[in-house]
This record gives sequence, structure tokens and C-alpha cells, in this order.
Amino acid sequence: MIDWNPLILTFKLAMITTVLLLIISIPIAYWLAYTKARIKPVIETLVSMPLVLPPTVIGFYMLVAFSPANAFGGWLDNLLGLRLVFSFEGLVLGSLIYSLPFMVHPIQAGFANLSPSLKNASFVLGKSKFTTLRSVLLPNIKPSIITGIILAFAHTIGEFGVVLMIGGNLPGKTRVASIAIYDEVEAMNYAAANTYSVILFGITFLILLIVYLINGGYFKRSRYND
Amino acid sequence: MEVTLKDHATMIELSFVKKLKSSSGEMILDVDLSLEEGRLITLYGKSGAGKTTLLLVLAGLLKPERGYIKIGNEIWTDTEKRIQLAAQKRNVGFVFQEYALFPNMTIRENLLFALAKHQSEKIVDHLVDIIDLGQLQNRKPTTLSGGQKQRVALARALVKKPKILLLDEPLSALDHEMRAKLQSYIMEVHKEFDLTTILISHDVSEIIRLSDYLVEIDQGKVIRQGHPSDLFTNDRVNAKFQFTGEVIQMVKQDFIVIVTVLIGKDLVKVIANDKEAENLMVGDRVMIASKAFNPIIHKIG
Repeated sequence: MIDWNPLILTFKLAMITTVLLLIISIPIAYWLAYTKARIKPVIETLVSMPLVLPPTVIGFYMLVAFSPANAFGGWLDNLLGLRLVFSFEGLVLGSLIYSLPFMVHPIQAGFANLSPSLKNASFVLGKSKFTTLRSVLLPNIKPSIITGIILAFAHTIGEFGVVLMIGGNLPGKTRVASIAIYDEVEAMNYAAANTYSVILFGITFLILLIVYLINGGYFKRSRYND
Repeated sequence: MEVTLKDHATMIELSFVKKLKSSSGEMILDVDLSLEEGRLITLYGKSGAGKTTLLLVLAGLLKPERGYIKIGNEIWTDTEKRIQLAAQKRNVGFVFQEYALFPNMTIRENLLFALAKHQSEKIVDHLVDIIDLGQLQNRKPTTLSGGQKQRVALARALVKKPKILLLDEPLSALDHEMRAKLQSYIMEVHKEFDLTTILISHDVSEIIRLSDYLVEIDQGKVIRQGHPSDLFTNDRVNAKFQFTGEVIQMVKQDFIVIVTVLIGKDLVKVIANDKEAENLMVGDRVMIASKAFNPIIHKIG
């Protein structure tokens, strides 16, 4: 039997990351979709950086920044008792940064594709920005939100570099499935590596399949046919 | 009709400059208008002239570069005093060109959403009644036809009982019959809710039928304003009967030309002499007026 802990840890990390990302990404995506500020391209670039940057770069800088030996990490450690290096909290933070574009981009595109008159109509009816967001905008970009959730979740499951750099390989704490696979291969334990791999393969296949079914309007069509 | 001011009439004063980017490059909307409350005003002009922008600025959805908007004593915008009343706080109803119904809500939910806090639902029922939305209430906007959507948008804009109703080309996408129906709805609510209505239209006969004041905009400037029939006919015709329509057919017979004109849904034949016919072509918009004849009255039914 394989050790299930890495898989459980992976899904726990993916779930926490996805929920936090959803909360963070809606305001960011809203701002990016509607702002006319000159600084917008800079923020957009920063959000998208994890798409192209090697994960090890992000992991490396986080490792340096959060190390208790350095100013910022030491301050976090002393003041909040928060040690982000080689800890689960550190993995969550790393994953948040790493998967941010996968949540922000679909939601931002969702907002941008909505007709501006929907927002305008709600404003003219006397509704605040918050009410408009909650009752008009978000319900009408549900497919984008679901896409964001699923992509962020799947991407967090697949991360390796950031996790390895900032979390290391502590069983039960930071040893997620992708690292366990690497570990088993190193130990020439191909059977275990294969089991982990097959499970991850199956799950990510399913997740992405769901994305394409939603984006292809498959669910909508079948609902109307009912 | 005389364009006179009532003693106590409140004026809607618009005087502002707004830069806008259109397909043909940058344009400056520069208007200075004083409109009397209670009128049904049409904005007329080519597309891209700045008409929609004018409505958006009035509604507070766009901010002008400089200038002011005053409704009587209320200041809605004054760039010098840095006043810009939020769109939420302007008592305006807006019917957007593409209807802008909320797709996630049913028709009734769309109307209920428009209620202010603590406002009674009675107004929604009343509007459903006068705009004939009873059958549609539980349907989603995507299942409605253009005319139906337009009626819902009109009703929704009236829920919070606005003082000013803005309609961005409410009728252009509708077929003839729907148009006539919506025109009568607009007239009805204009009177019933004591509105100042500003609508955008390209249709001359519609404008003459509906509105009592016309503002023509071209390239961001007001080029003409006044009573519609004065502006669309060169001489003032003091006629007892007057209709506008479109020339459908012209048949020459000896010295006269029989011109068939479509007025509303009816075809009318009018005799024109050679000289009159010279200026006419099929497709022209014309006004038919008469003052010296005996109308025949028949009781119908």
C-alpha cells in the first residue's frame, strides 16, 4: 500500500489555495477589467508573471524572503510566530502566487465580456457597486468563475518547483504528491511512483474535462433539454 | 405649436464638453442646452454624432471634462465645484439600446431588482399592468423577442419613478407593428408618470408623431433645435391635417403623377403635378398636408 498522506496533503493544499484565491481574485479581476488607471499594465504583468517564470525562481525568492535569518522572515517569525519556510502555510502562500493568474484571467475575461450596459443599468437603478457585483455581474459570469476555480485547483495539484523550494520534503507537512513521486523515483521505487502518477493523471484529466464541458456549453444545453 | 415657457417650468440645463473616441477618431461633444421639464424631447443626428454620450453624461455614467448639469436648482455635475452626483443618486430612468436586462433574473425579478429599499411592490404590479407584461413575468430575458425585451426595459426604468426618462434608440430594432405599439406605451407612461423624456431616434415620422421638441446633433454640436415639424418642413404649414410617410411608388398619367405614400400601415394615393413630382423619388420621406377640404366622417362598426 502506498502512503496516502501526500495525496491528502495535495488536495488539502489545492482546496485551501482555491478558496483563498477566489476571494482575492474577484476584486483584482474586477479592478483589472474596469480600471482606466495607467498602472494597469504593470499590475497585469505582475499577476501573469507566474505563467512564464520558472517556479523555482518564485520559490527561491520566497525562500530568501521568508527565511527567519532575513529581515522580513525574522519579523514575521518574531511578531506573528509565522514561519513560512518549510511549513504548510508557506506552501499555501507559494501556491497562491503561483496559481493567481489561473484564477484572475478567466474572471477578468468574464467581466470584460459582459456588456457594460448591465453594470450601467444597475447603477442607474440606484444599486451600489457591491450590490451590482453580487447580484448582476457575478451571477452572469458563472462559467468564468467555475473555469477559474477548476484551473486554479488543477494547477495547484500540479505544482512542484515552488513547493520543493519553499516547502522541502517533510512527510505529512510539505510532502505533496508531486514531490512524493520524485522521491519514490529517486529511491528506485517505480511502482509507488506509478500509483501516485496514475491517480494524479486521472484526476487532472477529469478536472480539465469538466472545464471543457462547461466552456463548450454542454451543461447549459442539456439543462434546456430537460 | 408655440414653444413657450411655463412660469414655473423647471429647466434641465446641460452645458458641458466631453471628449470621446469614436470609430472616426477623436471627437468633442460640446453642448449647451436648456430643456424644459415635462417635454418629450428627441435627439436626432447621424450615428457617432454624440447622442448616446449625451444621455450617458446626463445619467452620470460618464463624466464630462468640464461644464455643468443642473436640474432646476439641483446641481448634478459641476466640474468647477468638483461636483459629480453618482449615477445611483440621479433620479433617472435609462433604457439602453441593447435593453440590458439582467440575464440571470426572470422578468419579474428584473423589475423587483429596480425597487428602492422599502419601496412597495405595487408599482411593479402597476407597470406590469399598463405595459402588458403579465404573461412574461416568469420568463428569462433570453427567451423574449426584441419588442418584449424593450417593454421590460421600459417598465424596469420606471420602477423607481424617475423624473427623467432616457431612451437610447428604443425603437430602431423593432418591426413596424412593434414600433407603433411601443410608441404608444412611451406616450402613455410619459403622461402618466409626468416625465421629462429624452429619446434618440432617426425616424422622422416617429419624431413628429412622438415628440414636442427636437434637438439635432452633428459632430458633437447642437446644430438645430425647436419644434419637430418646424424643423423638418421648410415652410410652416398651417394645415388641418398632416401626416408623414414614405413614397412607395410614382406613376405618371398624362399631366399628373400619382404618388403612393405609406403612412403608418396605410397606403394613400396623392396627386402631384409635374413640378412637385420632379423633386420626389421612391423612398423619400414626405409630409402630406391639407387644409381646404371637407373631411368625411364615417362611424366605424
